[in-house]
Amino acid sequence: MTQEEIETALIAELSRIAPDIDLEDVDRGHDLREEFDIDSIDFLNLVTALGKRFGLDMPEADYPQMDTFDHLHAYLVAKSG
Amino acid sequence: MPSLGADMEAGTLVEQLISPGTEVHRGDIIAVVETQKGAIEIEVFEDGRLEDWLVNLGEKVPVGTPLAMIRAQGEPETPQPQDPVPKPPRPEAPPRPEPLPQPPGPELPPPDLPQPEQPFPELRARASPAARRLAAQSGIDLGRISARADGTIRYADVQAGPRQSGMPDMRRAIAAAMARSKREIPHYYLLHQSDLSAVEEFVARTNADRAPEERLSPAAIYLKAVAGALRKYPEFSGSYVDGAFIPSDAAHIGLAINLRGKGLVAPALFDVGTKDLDTLMSEMRDLIARTRAGRFKARELSDATITLTSLGDRGVDGLYGVIYPPQTAIVGIGTPRPAPWVADGAVVARPVTTLTLAADHRVSDGHRGALFLRAIDTHLQTPEAL
Repeated sequence: MTQEEIETALIAELSRIAPDIDLEDVDRGHDLREEFDIDSIDFLNLVTALGKRFGLDMPEADYPQMDTFDHLHAYLVAKSG
Repeated sequence: MPSLGADMEAGTLVEQLISPGTEVHRGDIIAVVETQKGAIEIEVFEDGRLEDWLVNLGEKVPVGTPLAMIRAQGEPETPQPQDPVPKPPRPEAPPRPEPLPQPPGPELPPPDLPQPEQPFPELRARASPAARRLAAQSGIDLGRISARADGTIRYADVQAGPRQSGMPDMRRAIAAAMARSKREIPHYYLLHQSDLSAVEEFVARTNADRAPEERLSPAAIYLKAVAGALRKYPEFSGSYVDGAFIPSDAAHIGLAINLRGKGLVAPALFDVGTKDLDTLMSEMRDLIARTRAGRFKARELSDATITLTSLGDRGVDGLYGVIYPPQTAIVGIGTPRPAPWVADGAVVARPVTTLTLAADHRVSDGHRGALFLRAIDTHLQTPEAL
């Protein structure tokens, strides 16, 4: 998968969980949960969906590497590439 | 039309999920009703056969109106299909009223009088005859048209169409329930600091080798801790109706769920005390997903016996809850944060949260409330035992 495809998939899953958030308004280098106003259950649902889509475990111990949109994107690129 | 909360006066039948003649079983979802809180699935409470629908699709009827005729098993049979006897006369529904101008009856109070007993005076807005006619012709529910500041609805308002989001209705429902709570329930408030190390370690340990869909969240532990404490302090689970407290043996815990800018709703997770953590976790995820999608069951809205509200990990230290009537207590869990804590005579950093209880003084006192809140804390220290 290319970086662009991974980004498209990430955006699709995020907009499913936070349909009211416009990606244009999001600071991709800022806290993901703040930017998308998602709680821990939303985040767990996001991780569940991404894990299934990319065939990844995405363990809790790695959550700190998923703290912003950019970091999460980089994490998915690194793990699935 | 079931009452889905003290603040509900009417609902609209929007889906008939089965057709007449179908067998139904207790627990089947047979209809969907649109209320101010969203679309609610209606369950059937007995086994039998649906004889006929008594309310048409799209019809808005007051609480208490029969929606369907169900013949229970063992009741005299109606003629079999092969039997050419005519169907028993269907209970005549009153003819749909013509969209006549509503007479200015006494039920329409002057808009400048305070209306403490009428949660939604604006829903009774006075619509002009032309507005009513247009609404009836175009199938628009007048209840979804915003009234003007003077409480009237004119032709142009109907033409402009219904409000776009469910938000004003939701806000109105919250306003009605919370105003009633503050008016009727003498709240008392307690708070208690709790060390969440054991919970966080337990969750981290449990989740370490689990796939995301099987992971636990602390909220499931909070639910179990509240249910555990209720076993010893049952007077915090139940409802206060007509001047008397009706205790509930079961812990049906309403979970306050934020609806992303649209409001808040607290549907129940049933029998929390008897379910294991994994079951509870998957039910909670399902409930949150359905609630955010605007689909919950009637029982989930009406049958909670206590509410739990957790601020999650992006909130503040604690909250002072407002009891959802007719319940008599609400437990709050603040956002955990590292704080100095004294353990074994030494100051250490621990993840600490503030537990709060708002309870109904007509039913309990601060002494029992304090014991109940401490019992929740105690359960949080041994999550593996939950």
